Amino acid sequence: MNNQEKQIQYFFEPWLMKIKRFFLHFKVLNWLEKDDEVLHPFRVILNKEISDHVRSWRFIILIAIITLTCLGSIYTALTNMGSAVKPDDPEGTFFFLKLFTISDGTLPSFFVFISFLGPLLGISLGFDAVNSEQNNGTLSHVLAQPIYRDYLLNAKFLAALIVISVMFFALGFLVIGLGLITIGIPPTVEEFMRIVFFILLGILYVAFWLNLSILFSVLFRQPATSALSGIAVWLFFSVFYSMIVNLIIKPLTPSEFATPNQIISFEELKLNLLRIMPNQLFSEATTTLLMPSVRSLGPLTMEQVYGTIPGPLPLGQSALLVWPQVTGLIAATVLCFVLSYISFMRREIRSR
Amino acid sequence: MDGNIIELVDLTKKYGSFTAVNQLNLSVRKGEIFGLLGPNGAGKSTTILMMLGLADPTSGSVTVCGIDSTSNPIEVKRRVGYLPENVGFYSNRSGFENLMFTALLNRLAGREAKQKVEKLLGWVGLSDEAGKKTGKYSRGMLQRLGLADVLIKDPEVVILDEPTLGIDPTGVREFLDLIVGLSRQEGLTVLFSSHDLHHVQQVCDRVGLFVSGKLLAEGDIETLSKKLFSKNPYVIETSISKAPSDASGFPGKEYLADRLIETLQRIDGIVSVTNRDDVFQIECSRDTTPEIARAIVEAGAGLNYLKKKEFGLDDIYYRYFDGGVNHE
Repeated sequence: MNNQEKQIQYFFEPWLMKIKRFFLHFKVLNWLEKDDEVLHPFRVILNKEISDHVRSWRFIILIAIITLTCLGSIYTALTNMGSAVKPDDPEGTFFFLKLFTISDGTLPSFFVFISFLGPLLGISLGFDAVNSEQNNGTLSHVLAQPIYRDYLLNAKFLAALIVISVMFFALGFLVIGLGLITIGIPPTVEEFMRIVFFILLGILYVAFWLNLSILFSVLFRQPATSALSGIAVWLFFSVFYSMIVNLIIKPLTPSEFATPNQIISFEELKLNLLRIMPNQLFSEATTTLLMPSVRSLGPLTMEQVYGTIPGPLPLGQSALLVWPQVTGLIAATVLCFVLSYISFMRREIRSR
Repeated sequence: MDGNIIELVDLTKKYGSFTAVNQLNLSVRKGEIFGLLGPNGAGKSTTILMMLGLADPTSGSVTVCGIDSTSNPIEVKRRVGYLPENVGFYSNRSGFENLMFTALLNRLAGREAKQKVEKLLGWVGLSDEAGKKTGKYSRGMLQRLGLADVLIKDPEVVILDEPTLGIDPTGVREFLDLIVGLSRQEGLTVLFSSHDLHHVQQVCDRVGLFVSGKLLAEGDIETLSKKLFSKNPYVIETSISKAPSDASGFPGKEYLADRLIETLQRIDGIVSVTNRDDVFQIECSRDTTPEIARAIVEAGAGLNYLKKKEFGLDDIYYRYFDGGVNHE
C-alpha cells in the first residue's frame, strides 16, 4: 500500500465509521454487525418461532384458505358495487369502505369472513405451542438454558402475533390495491385510517383466540385435546351461546304495556349478555368502524334520535363508540395470558 | 463448602402424600465424576430437576456452584450443562441449527457460536451429519449431539440424566469415553444418573445409592463394598476336580469334597463353605487364599481355579435393591 492510499484511508475511515454508526443507530444496517452482535435470548426464541411458523405447512394452508375466501368476497363486493351505492346514502362518501362490507348474499363480506376465520387462525397457530415442546422433550432442553421461563411463553405469543399481523396487513392492503385498480377511486385518508383500525381490531381479535389456545396448550398435554377444546369454545360462542341467551331472555321479555325504562333495561340486559362473546364484541366494533353511519350500539330512544341528521360519524367518534368493545377484547386476551402464565411459571418441567 | 460444587441439605420433595425425595444430604466435589445409582422411580430425576430449579423443593436447600438453585436458577443454569433423559431436539431443524439455537440462547455472538458449534460437532463425531435434520438421527447420534449441546456454554458442572439409555453397547462405550475424557481434560464435574450399574461402575469416581428418595450409601466402590459387606468382606471361589491318582474311583469325589470342607472349616478366619457342583464359595473374615490353596492340594484334589471375588456394584445393587424393602 503506497503512501497516497494510506492517506486516503486515514481520511475516509473515521467518516466511514461515523456513517456506519449512524445507520446502526437506526438499526438499518444491523445485518452488517450481526456476526459480532450478541442477540438477546428473547430475540433468539422469537426468530426461531417466527421461522417455524412461516415454514410450517399449517401456516401455508391457512394463508391459502384465508386468501382465497377473501378474494372471493372482494369479487362479490366488486360486482355488486354498482347496485350498493345509492344517491341518498349517508355513507355515500365512504365509497371505498363498501369493499369490506357489501355482499350479494352468496358469499359473506370481507369482515364477516375475518370474524369467522380469525378464531380458526388463532387456535391453529397456538394449540400446540407448549405441549408439543413438552412431548418432543425440547421444553426441558430449552429451559435448561439460562433464560427466564416466561421468555418462551411470551415469544410464542409474540411470534404468532407478528405473523398474523403481517398477514392481515398484507391482506388488507391487497384488498385496497385491488379496489384501487378496479374502481379507480382512491380511498380518502379517513377511509384508510378506518381500514387500518379495522385490521388492528382483527389482529386483536385473533390475539384473543391465540391466547386462549396457548392457555389450552399449557393446560392439556395432548395437542389434539387442546385443539378440540379451542374449537369447542369457538363453536359454543358462535353457535350455542346466542341460543342460550335467547332461552334465558324469553321469560323476561316485557309485555307490550311495559314502561320504556323496562324495555330499555331489557334490551340492555340482552345485549350485555351477548357481549360476553368475543365474536359479538368484534362484530360490533368492526361494524361501527366500517360503517360510519352507525352512531350507537345500544338501544336509542326516540328523544335521542329526534332531530338528528343522518350522517356519518367522524373517525374519532366511531373510535370512542367502540372503545368499550376494544377494552373488553383486550381484557379477555390479557385474562387468558395471565392464566397460562400462572399455570406455566411454577410448573415442574419433566423431560417428557 | 470448599471443593464441594453441589451441596444438597435435607432436601425433600413431596407430591401430595408421596415423598419422592426424602431428607437428602449429598455433596459432590469439584472435578469428580459422581454416579447417582438407583432403580426407576427412586427420585434421581427429581433431585436433578431441583438442582436446576426446574422443580421446587418442598423443604431443604440446593446449592450448585455456591448459588441457590431455587431462588436463582438462571445463574445456576449459566454454569450447569444439563442433558435431560430422552433429550429432545427440534426435529425439523438440522443438528447444526439446533446447536446454534442453544449457543445463541447462551448469549454467544454469531461468529463465535458458529466456530464453537463446528468444533463440538467434530469432537462428538457428527461433522458429517451436521446438516441432516435431527428427526433422522439415530438414538446414539442424538445422545452425542446432546453432549455437544451441553458443552456449548462451557459449563462447570455437567448433569447427565440417564445418558446411556437406549444406546447399543458400542455407543455406550464411546459415549462414556467421551465423558471420562472430558472430565479429566477440562476438570469438569460430572453428575451422572443411571439405573445401569455397569455404566456407573465404568466411569464414576464416587457413587450414591438411591432407593425410594433416600440416599442409602455414598462413596467409591471399594468403600461401599466394605461398608456393606463389613461382616465377611472376602469371598473366595474355587473349583476342584478329582486328582488323576483317584481314577479308580475310590476315594470318591463326594468323599473328597466332604473331607475338603471339613479341612477348610478348621482354618482360622473361614466363616462358611458352601459346595455346589464342585464349586466352593468360601466366605472369610480375612484373606485366606494361600491356606485354601494348600488345603486343596494336600487333600489330593485337582485345583481348577481359585479366585478372590471382588465386590462389584452388581452385588451391592442386588443386596440393596432387591432387599430394598428390608432396609426401610
